Amino acid sequence: MDTDLSSQDRKDLDKFIKFFALKTVQVIVQARLGEKICTRSSSSPTGSDWFNLAIKDIPEVTHEAKKALAGQLPAVGRSMCVEISLKTSEGDSMELEIWCLEMNEKCDKEIKVSYTVYNRLSLLLKSLLAITRVTPAYRLSRKQGHEYVILYRIYFGEVQLSGLGEGFQTVRVGTVGTPVGTITLSCAYRINLAFMSTRAGEDNGAVYPSVEDSQEVCTTSFSTSPPSQLSSSRLSYQPAALGVGSADMGYPVLFAGGLHAAHPHQLIGPGKEGGVPPIPSQPAHGTQADQERMCTPLDGVHYSAATPSSSEDTETVSNSSEGKCGSPHDLLETIFVRKVGAFVNKPINQVTMANLDIPFAMFAPKNVELEDNDPMVNPPDSPETESPLQGSLHSEGSSGSSTGNTHDDFVMIDFKPAFSKDDILPMDLGTFYREFQNPPQLSSLSIDIGAQSMAEDLDSLPEKLAVHEKNVKEFDAFVETLQ
Amino acid sequence: VEGRQVEEAMLAVLHTVLLHRSTGKFHYKKEGTYSIGTVGTQDVDCDFIDFAYVRVSSEELDRALRKAVGEFKDALRGSGSDGMGQISLEFYQKKKSRWPFSDECIPWELWTIKVNVVNLANEQERQICREKVGEKLCEKIINIVEVMNRHEYLPKMPTQSEVDNVFDTSLKDVQPYLYKISYQITTSLGTSVTTTMRRLIKDTLAL
Repeated sequence: MDTDLSSQDRKDLDKFIKFFALKTVQVIVQARLGEKICTRSSSSPTGSDWFNLAIKDIPEVTHEAKKALAGQLPAVGRSMCVEISLKTSEGDSMELEIWCLEMNEKCDKEIKVSYTVYNRLSLLLKSLLAITRVTPAYRLSRKQGHEYVILYRIYFGEVQLSGLGEGFQTVRVGTVGTPVGTITLSCAYRINLAFMSTRAGEDNGAVYPSVEDSQEVCTTSFSTSPPSQLSSSRLSYQPAALGVGSADMGYPVLFAGGLHAAHPHQLIGPGKEGGVPPIPSQPAHGTQADQERMCTPLDGVHYSAATPSSSEDTETVSNSSEGKCGSPHDLLETIFVRKVGAFVNKPINQVTMANLDIPFAMFAPKNVELEDNDPMVNPPDSPETESPLQGSLHSEGSSGSSTGNTHDDFVMIDFKPAFSKDDILPMDLGTFYREFQNPPQLSSLSIDIGAQSMAEDLDSLPEKLAVHEKNVKEFDAFVETLQ
Repeated sequence: VEGRQVEEAMLAVLHTVLLHRSTGKFHYKKEGTYSIGTVGTQDVDCDFIDFAYVRVSSEELDRALRKAVGEFKDALRGSGSDGMGQISLEFYQKKKSRWPFSDECIPWELWTIKVNVVNLANEQERQICREKVGEKLCEKIINIVEVMNRHEYLPKMPTQSEVDNVFDTSLKDVQPYLYKISYQITTSLGTSVTTTMRRLIKDTLAL
């Protein structure tokens, strides 16, 4: 094979592949730094811009990449992989993507190395630039900060896709044929954002043969202080607000109703102890607007949620009834310690928190007919499964609570608003939310009524004028007093 | 898409295509070889769509595309139709003909984006639309990249005298292949009113 390729060509090809690999890593890592990238075009070539593209070289990244490559080049069976993962401030981590630069045996002998291969590699880098903004991890990485950070790891050898969970998707960025093989660049990305509670201590590195330590790309510090909670809940869990979309909320918002949220509310069984809440995800087209709307009726919920907590406890489906962190039956407090559900879309992986509606059982027959209309039960788009909602909120206190909820099996449950016991409230919470969400138009603003009243006003004007004329003296006296 | 999203969606697609179809400026040297300038890139976030894309760092190119997309948007709005139309990006090569015939433009690649504008009633629908259009654009970008990867045809690299027949050399910092953008608005009657807009070659085409 080498005889077909002149030694100069071979040298050039090796150089191209090496720098292509380094530039690929730069592009991928820079795309996950969480910042907008901007480089300038320059009409006069500086000679140092490989592939005629202005891609900055972050020295640390180059160093890591060179270390991983260790003088080798991607070849058949030896791929260069960049793994992008997410790590929360609690130390849980999750692989998001694996970018692979592979070489296979299919050779294209006819191709000209110094010209066509170079240009095609340049085109492939441009494609990589485009694709890195399109996978779900891009949006996650743009929102990284206090709650989580994005990390990268470069390794060389066999591709390991097992960490991506079930149903991961692959996108091929492109291929370039060369006389020694075909270079393929692809990305496998996670769909299922169900959070695996892998502890930070778990050494991912051990799994891989030629592994490098995770490097933190961004320098955001982990904030260990919990996001502010709405009430002084004694439930001591820290909601790890992975809710990307709800990152601005960053606090456990009571998401009681969700009646109009067209999404299932899910929760992932924590499987954790110590009051770290599970980080559930919802694969739905829920809207931020919905979620934010939900935040505001909290005050309304305050007052309506007067059901005694004890009954809630006992009726909580989860077996963690006493596992409410030992919090006494201070219902109001427990009500507020709810996590908000941000909604996950497939390509926009906003990891979300579940809505925790504990007292399901309470609602069964009465509210069923009311809840029938709830758009709650929507089949999720992604293969994410739903969890029993009940396991969530009160599970921090009890380690046993998670038994009902495995990490992976979730059961879709009809969504019912919490705490609405009919004997206490004149109307049930669900109805309240519905009415709140769709308030009747203000009569003064309604056009029809306005038109009517206008007509009425006009009719009644003469009468009013007569009355006012009669009272003229009073008005004059009043005016006098003003002066 | 919703009305406000038209511009950003079109720009995202057009910029992505042009990113792949632009090179650095050529500098021809005496020996007949040439060196190529560097193409910079920048990230653009969309305001009305949950989406971000990469474009070439060239203000001139951006302006040209915005102008074209702006006209398309106005035409869509003003047509009074149900808001259906399409915008086409065509790459072509010029072939010089002898006088008195004008130069021929031979297209070698054509991208067409079809758009249907909808009116949304409330904020909830708009939010859903934001996300849906974002997802759709992600799919489109992946499609574009797939097509680009087919390496089906690219004009040969020209000599210095021929470079204007292949590339648009009017920009200061980058050099896209010669392109033109045109659009069509579909009226509700079903007949298409073609409005073609020639960019950048109006002058050169004049006899």
